[in-house]
Amino acid sequence: MALIELKQVAYQAGDQEILQDVSFAVEEGDYLTLTGPSGSGKSTTLKLIAGLISPNKGEIFYQGQNLDNLDLVQYRRQVSYCFQQPTLFDETVKDNLALPFAIRKQEFDEKRAQEALKQVDLPADYLDKKITTLSGGEKQRVALIRNLLFRPEVLLLDEVTTGLDEESKQIVHQLIARVHQEGTTIVQVTHDQEELAASKQLLHMEKGGVLK
Amino acid sequence: MKSMAVSDLSLILSFALVLVSVAISWKEKLGLTKDIFYSVARAIVQLVIVGYVLKFIMQVNNAILTLLMTLFIIFNAAWNANKRDPNPNRQLWQSIVALLIGTYITLGVLLLTQTVKLKPMQIIPITGMIAGNEMVAMGLCYKALATGFHDQRQQVLEKIALGADVKTASMTILRRSIKTAMQPTIDSAKTVGLVSLPGMMSGLIFAGVDPVYAIKYQIMVTFMLLSATGLGAVIAGYLSYRNYFNKRSQLREEE
Repeated sequence: MALIELKQVAYQAGDQEILQDVSFAVEEGDYLTLTGPSGSGKSTTLKLIAGLISPNKGEIFYQGQNLDNLDLVQYRRQVSYCFQQPTLFDETVKDNLALPFAIRKQEFDEKRAQEALKQVDLPADYLDKKITTLSGGEKQRVALIRNLLFRPEVLLLDEVTTGLDEESKQIVHQLIARVHQEGTTIVQVTHDQEELAASKQLLHMEKGGVLK
Repeated sequence: MKSMAVSDLSLILSFALVLVSVAISWKEKLGLTKDIFYSVARAIVQLVIVGYVLKFIMQVNNAILTLLMTLFIIFNAAWNANKRDPNPNRQLWQSIVALLIGTYITLGVLLLTQTVKLKPMQIIPITGMIAGNEMVAMGLCYKALATGFHDQRQQVLEKIALGADVKTASMTILRRSIKTAMQPTIDSAKTVGLVSLPGMMSGLIFAGVDPVYAIKYQIMVTFMLLSATGLGAVIAGYLSYRNYFNKRSQLREEE
């Protein structure tokens, strides 16, 4: 049984048909990259898998269960979507890293948050740092570990390294590689050559459909 | 009281004040002339009808009739509050529930503490004041929610993507909206008597009541409005933020 399976999925936003008849499967442990030109429906496909939107036609399955029958709030804690240009909340880095704990009604674990910061090459005292003082690369790193504090089954990455400086990009690449090695399935959208090379499986999309 | 009666001629002559705003609209090319005449005509018709209805209800002095009148006020206030909600997925019943609870709890406390008596001449104007202020507060809350969900759409989406339920994802916007709705009443409580002599107090003083006695009523009105606007905004806010999401806990597309 595939971990995630899309069957003849179509999605329309207003009058605009974005996806038509998309079908593919993601196996557990996969490292899949969706490629293709802008407007081919890659990000929409990721958002559909993340349960942020629902298809107009077709079905999406997770561990054999139709997403329509799942509690999407719980599901999104397992299948985590990371945005291209993430927004950090409130005032400090701590406010952001506390959110995944608050969502799960758990006490904030400062040590765990500091460990996570180290994984993306940020010092422990960054917890109290104001988000307005962070660089774009630092913001993306904080956003990424916000998704990974509670390790998801599937990590959906929507061009997360676009616009990052080389150092931040490398740190993010290393983190994604480590997370994948530890068993998290990765589905990403990217144009980055290094990320395409790291991917085990490529799926080319064009005009709202999957070509190969 | 007779000395207070406004003669028909005086009333007609005071219409000149309306012409002042018409002249401003005309001179400044504001395009409000039609709107001013329409609103004045509407106000006259509504007040004449209400005047006769209130006279009848007060003469009959029947509890059920008084209750029906309060329900009529509440429904109208709910209808108008709901119209002020920019969300196309707004629900009228939510405004009705918020106004029913907010108005009747506040009114109940006033009755239990014997601040007001179960008489139409007291209950109906007080209900109007409560519901009117709640309506304004709820309208502000709805507008602030719409602005919040528009401006902070990305934040809400990200919280949802992290696995937050819709309430957690909306909490920052919801708190700010309730605060926005309550703030004018709190601010006006700070300046009451210093900047403005509000309706209740002015009315009593106008009617010849000792100002020291009149302020007691105004203090009661201040307490009452704090409760009513707070309850109205909280209930309306907590019921209506969900209208921005579908049943699948997904943020609806903006229209």
